[in-house]
Amino acid sequence: MSDTAFLDVLVAVLGGAIRVGTPFLFVSLGECLTEKSGRINLGLEGVLVFSAMAGFGGAYLTGSPWAGVLLAGCCGALLALLHGLVCSLPRVNDIATGIALMMLGAGLAFYLGKPLIQPQAPQIPAIALGGWSDSPAVQAALQINALFPIGVVLALLMGWAFMNTRWGLVVRMVGDSSDAARALGTSVNGVRIAATTAGGFIAGLGGASLSLHYPGSWNEGLSSGQGLIAVALVIFARWSPVRCLGAALLFGGAGALGPALQSVGVSGYYYLFNAVPYILTLAILVWTCSPKRSLKGAPLELGVSR
Amino acid sequence: MARRAWHDVAEAFALPLLALGGALLLFGAFVWFGGHNPLEVWQLLFVGAFGDAFSWQNTLQRAAPLMLTALCVALPARAGLVIIGGEGALVLGGLACAVVPYFVALPAGLAGTSVLLLAAALAGALWIALAGALRQFRGVNETISSLLLGYTAIALFKHWVEGPLRDPASLNKPSTLPLDEALRIGTLGSYDVHWGLAWGVALCLLAALWLSYTTNGFATRIVGGNARAARLVGLPANRLIITACAIGGASAGLAGGIEVAAVHTSANASLIAGLGYAGILVSFVARHNPLAIIPVAILFGGFGAAGSLLQRRMGLPDASVQVLLGFAFVLILASEALRGRLLPFSLMPQRAPIPTAKPA
Repeated sequence: MSDTAFLDVLVAVLGGAIRVGTPFLFVSLGECLTEKSGRINLGLEGVLVFSAMAGFGGAYLTGSPWAGVLLAGCCGALLALLHGLVCSLPRVNDIATGIALMMLGAGLAFYLGKPLIQPQAPQIPAIALGGWSDSPAVQAALQINALFPIGVVLALLMGWAFMNTRWGLVVRMVGDSSDAARALGTSVNGVRIAATTAGGFIAGLGGASLSLHYPGSWNEGLSSGQGLIAVALVIFARWSPVRCLGAALLFGGAGALGPALQSVGVSGYYYLFNAVPYILTLAILVWTCSPKRSLKGAPLELGVSR
Repeated sequence: MARRAWHDVAEAFALPLLALGGALLLFGAFVWFGGHNPLEVWQLLFVGAFGDAFSWQNTLQRAAPLMLTALCVALPARAGLVIIGGEGALVLGGLACAVVPYFVALPAGLAGTSVLLLAAALAGALWIALAGALRQFRGVNETISSLLLGYTAIALFKHWVEGPLRDPASLNKPSTLPLDEALRIGTLGSYDVHWGLAWGVALCLLAALWLSYTTNGFATRIVGGNARAARLVGLPANRLIITACAIGGASAGLAGGIEVAAVHTSANASLIAGLGYAGILVSFVARHNPLAIIPVAILFGGFGAAGSLLQRRMGLPDASVQVLLGFAFVLILASEALRGRLLPFSLMPQRAPIPTAKPA
């Protein structure tokens, strides 16, 4: 590989970190909020696919990408609300419900999204940050999804709110000790349902980013497990919204590696490079988990961290 | 007084049936909103699944791999682990089955086929045992790791099938070299159902026997019920859990091997059809009971068979069955909340009256 090719790959990976990482960012923020309240929602994968379809459909029908984004968030919230309600029933396991929601969300999206595979929808505008450079590769790589800055602000806001507001404290309390919450007269299920629903809304924005910016169309292979990777990503970020931002960019870069290498002619290992995020996640889990102690920073009520 | 045994049994049948009925109703309402006649949809679902000999054969054909992939969820679940990466074990099993003839010349007939299926089972067993080992030795959540391993397995499968192992003659649909005619799995007698069904039923029965009537199976259930108590009485929890994972993975790998040797004749993308994910649902509906998996797999195989009929006759999207399954899964889990409260109060087992203290 020549020097320029190496530089091209580097630029493409850095640009891809934002482009591919934006859905990761939103889904992991949604999952972070849900898990802070003491529940795990594996169904965000279903939420992501369903809201991607809804966002595309909304933008296609109204002609406004932002209406699509809003619809995506609302549809995501609706599906997550179902998770919150079902999990509030006695003896219902949140992990199993998540798997069910994954199936239901994907099924509904494929069913309702059948007529949306052909048409083109208006896209979320891109912010060009590459004007300072003459290189078209750099300019193309720095076409930033307009949702990305919103996600950055949201991550910082959530990080601040968890530490400094009454709401953040209530969510953390419910996630750390449901007994303490009950003793203070807080409705544990109520807070969890609210957190799950809000998390679904945030994850839905990630779906909109998939179908309305990159790749920018609706088809049945749109999401390849980003919703699940986000669950592992939250563990990697140790339940901190600000660290979620860094983790999402890292995973976005890993996801952009395969296409970037293919564009400079290294195509023999295309599928293996696409598997890098999964292997990376697994490696991080193996590295950070330990059977001896529960993870630092994990909400104590969470089943997954043990 | 103890709860009456018939009460538990009645509930064990009534709850899933109620949930499935509810899912069918919801699905009817769903297609009705889309402007289709729900009565016609329900009728087609039944006709497509169990209407005549042809649909029965189609149904049983689809049920066979579901039984095996459901075991991949059920057996680890009985040992206390939620494994949902059966799809990965299935595709690797299929790949292993298709790849063995590249390296060894196999004897034709039963002996050669057995080697193929053994390779398939081994590949699946290793993959799921890895998820179990990561959980036991590193504390990695097995649900997430098995799923990530599943995606990795699919990527490996695509890489090898479209790269180094590709049959140059397969132009539009990258495949491995087709299996030799003599190595394929035939059909049961004159019916259009392959031997995979017999494998599925036999393994479900064996698994049920293992769990209920062997010391090892009993110990596995103890570990699944309460791992700490199991350790306290000296049971080798790690070994039992990883064994259960390996057996489950072997079943899913076998499912992939059988699909390749009986249906597709070579490993290609048709193998990645979501059988592993459907198996999760089957196992949950059967409450991880291997005996119950057999009828449930036949029922869901029937839904799958009816799906193509719905698509042809009514123009419904091919995902309509997935919507039905999604409704069914959510309702099955929600119905757990009704356990112990389903029957009218008068039929509920009476508690013994609290003895009143008598003055001495």
